[in-house]
Amino acid sequence: MSETAALDANEAMHALDTETLQFLTFTLGQDEYGVDIMSVREIKAWSDVTRLPNAPKFMLGVMNLRGLIIPIFDLRARFSGEFTQTHPKNVIIVVALEKRLIGILVDAVSDIVDTVPGEIKPPPSADLNIDERYVHGLISLKERMIVVLDIEHLFDKEALAKMPTHDHDIPKLSTLE
Amino acid sequence: MNIDLEQFRTTYINESMELLSDMEEKLLEIENGDDDVETLHAIFRCVHSIKGGAGAFGLDQITRFTHEFEYFLDHLREGKLHVDEQVMEILFKGRDIVEHMVVAAQNNTPLAENFGHEVAEKIARINQTQGSSAVAAPKEKKGEKPASASNTEEVNIYSIRFVPHEDLFTTGNEPVLLFGELSRMGDTRVQCRTDKLPDLEHLHAEQCYLWWEIDLDTTAGENEVREVFEFVEDVCDLEVLLIGGYSLPSTSAPKPQPLSEPSSTEKTADAIPVTQDASETEAQIAKAQPAATIRVDLDKIDRLVNMVGELVITQGMLYMQAQRIPRDTYPEILMGVEELAQHTRELQEAVMAVRMQPVKSIFARMPRIVRDLSKKLGKNIRLEMSGENTEVDKAIIEQLSDPLTHMIRNSIDHGIESPEKRREMNKPDQGRIHLSAASVGGRIEICIEDDGGGVNRQRVKELAITKGLIAENSNLTPEEIDHLIFAPGFSTAEKVTDVSGRGVGMDVVRKNIESIGGTTSVESTPGKGSRFVISLPLTLAILDGMAVRCGREQYIIPIANIIETMRPSSSSLSHLATGIDVINVRGEFIPLVYLYQVFSISGTEKNASKGLVVLVENGKEKFGIVVDELIGQQQVVIKSLEQNSDPVEGISGATILGDGKVSLILDTVALYRIGITASRDHLHSLKASA
Repeated sequence: MSETAALDANEAMHALDTETLQFLTFTLGQDEYGVDIMSVREIKAWSDVTRLPNAPKFMLGVMNLRGLIIPIFDLRARFSGEFTQTHPKNVIIVVALEKRLIGILVDAVSDIVDTVPGEIKPPPSADLNIDERYVHGLISLKERMIVVLDIEHLFDKEALAKMPTHDHDIPKLSTLE
Repeated sequence: MNIDLEQFRTTYINESMELLSDMEEKLLEIENGDDDVETLHAIFRCVHSIKGGAGAFGLDQITRFTHEFEYFLDHLREGKLHVDEQVMEILFKGRDIVEHMVVAAQNNTPLAENFGHEVAEKIARINQTQGSSAVAAPKEKKGEKPASASNTEEVNIYSIRFVPHEDLFTTGNEPVLLFGELSRMGDTRVQCRTDKLPDLEHLHAEQCYLWWEIDLDTTAGENEVREVFEFVEDVCDLEVLLIGGYSLPSTSAPKPQPLSEPSSTEKTADAIPVTQDASETEAQIAKAQPAATIRVDLDKIDRLVNMVGELVITQGMLYMQAQRIPRDTYPEILMGVEELAQHTRELQEAVMAVRMQPVKSIFARMPRIVRDLSKKLGKNIRLEMSGENTEVDKAIIEQLSDPLTHMIRNSIDHGIESPEKRREMNKPDQGRIHLSAASVGGRIEICIEDDGGGVNRQRVKELAITKGLIAENSNLTPEEIDHLIFAPGFSTAEKVTDVSGRGVGMDVVRKNIESIGGTTSVESTPGKGSRFVISLPLTLAILDGMAVRCGREQYIIPIANIIETMRPSSSSLSHLATGIDVINVRGEFIPLVYLYQVFSISGTEKNASKGLVVLVENGKEKFGIVVDELIGQQQVVIKSLEQNSDPVEGISGATILGDGKVSLILDTVALYRIGITASRDHLHSLKASA
């Protein structure tokens, strides 16, 4: 049975008034990432996906979102080329990019983090495992390090179109796992 | 402009466009010999209505132009001007100018101040020779000559008896406005008669029990007076009597004409007559049509279609679940679900029918195009049309207009020869183009047939070689040469005319047609003519499909494309050196497309004789798709993939099955293209890895 949880956008609206930014954080293995809550539309439990032929490997396929057909991307595979072993506990975060809706497969969702623009530090270039084109910055919270992702660039339509498809290896974006 | 007026403005513009379209049709009828004065009256009313509304919305450019134009048409319908070639030219050009102005108003893009001034001046000059337009020429009873430039004005006194029927108000009419109109024509003395008023208990507030006697002094003729009551003709008894007259020295200032510019106080008052006019015009137009119609926003229909689509999916899911209930447990549920399926299907067909429109709307533009272009090129061409009432989904119709226009222009430019050349070939001087639409086997076929010279194969072949589209020594069948005209960058015109000949024509035509799921083809006989065929699906939104399985993937093949399915024997299969497999079906060799190759599916049956072959034809080519299993027939709602993902070649869309999963719909046109290529590539890769 698929469950859907809609996020309360009102909270996000309040945040704007006081200059706070809110991020939805989630985990991939041991690492924590965050996306701007303003672009998150929905969180969905994982369910079967229909494979789309001749698409990049990390594009698992398409799924039915209450009548709308959206593409689902495996974030782990996007970074490292390795596929997520899916089970019902996995979660899909539905985000709105500029003109379309896409779904991102992650391990689990953590929480919503409030912060101010000043708290987002630029990524140290050598240290990070991910290509910094796709990272807005880092948030340091108690003992957590949250990598704020630039989803627009990560799944840019034109860049994706140029990617090699299923039969070939995708270029590794990181050395994670 | 407040919101209300904005809405009315849009209505006014839409209706003006319809009036202009209607007017064009009638102009063509006149040109073709129709001499019914009713047609002239109808054309007059078109311009009259457009003029009225323009004033209310401050569209001065339109008001000025249509003002003169209206007088021109008035002279015509009164018989003072006769229809000749020059007049027709002015009529067509004038209509075009008004259309440009209305479109400019629609898009809020201003035109040059003097737009259309040449034609306007011509019209004004002609109007003046008939008795100047600025001063209303006195119109006496028919048969009398109009007074030409004189120093006195003839003023007529009319006694008007206006007795509205009781239901006058239900037609949205307001007598006060009529009297206002009369008072603008001259001096009025209005007397209201109340003798028909019943007592209060019997009085219905919405009925009209009053009648009026009006004396009017005006230089206008009886026709003009009657015209004020034109829109209430049917809901009143009207008497207009000329009871006297006198002469007045003419004033230099023109008599105030009802240009209906709204002053700020009159704004709301004027808004009402426009909508009245608008609704009355619509009532008038509706009268002419056999069936009652209603104007609906496209958005509303789209919403309706979507909702019905969702209903179909949910109902399909219910049906599937209901099949699992043991028959005896809840027999009523099963029966209910069966009935639901039937009703849903009917509802769906009815809703799809709402979006269907006759192709007439695009066909209607063609005669004008043929007329203008054949004149321009000095050719004599007759256009015949048939099957205009064939219905097609509105979304398809919109996409059809440009390609169709181009193909007709192509026939005129390249197909039909000049009258001299035709005489040489013993053909009748007049060339013939036949445009037809027909429903053929679940698809719509639109044909453009001409009796021109056919495709010039020699020139096509040479040009193709020059452009590098084919090799010099290639051996092509005549049909293959004919289809080269659809190749990108192709054109046989020596110079680039602004008609066709830019070399992007037929290629773009083919792409446009393919984008709506259609196909294009041509048959040609040198010297005799050509026949272009466009084949289109009936609708874009719902599909009867056959679900098939290939490996772990499920796909939908449109039923309309399926010819038959079979389990082939090994002996019927052969392998060609080019890498393509073919199957022998009753003596015909049909190429095979392996889905697992095209879509890189693993775990499938690679041997066609152990799987199933679905024979399909996409309007052009026939081929067989190799699958593992047939799952069953389903009606599916087509969902767009491209909204959120990139288009995939070979997939025309997606649908949601009864279990909520997404299933991909195969595009048989693209599949052929990539399937045959995939086979060849596959062969190469096999050879390479060997």
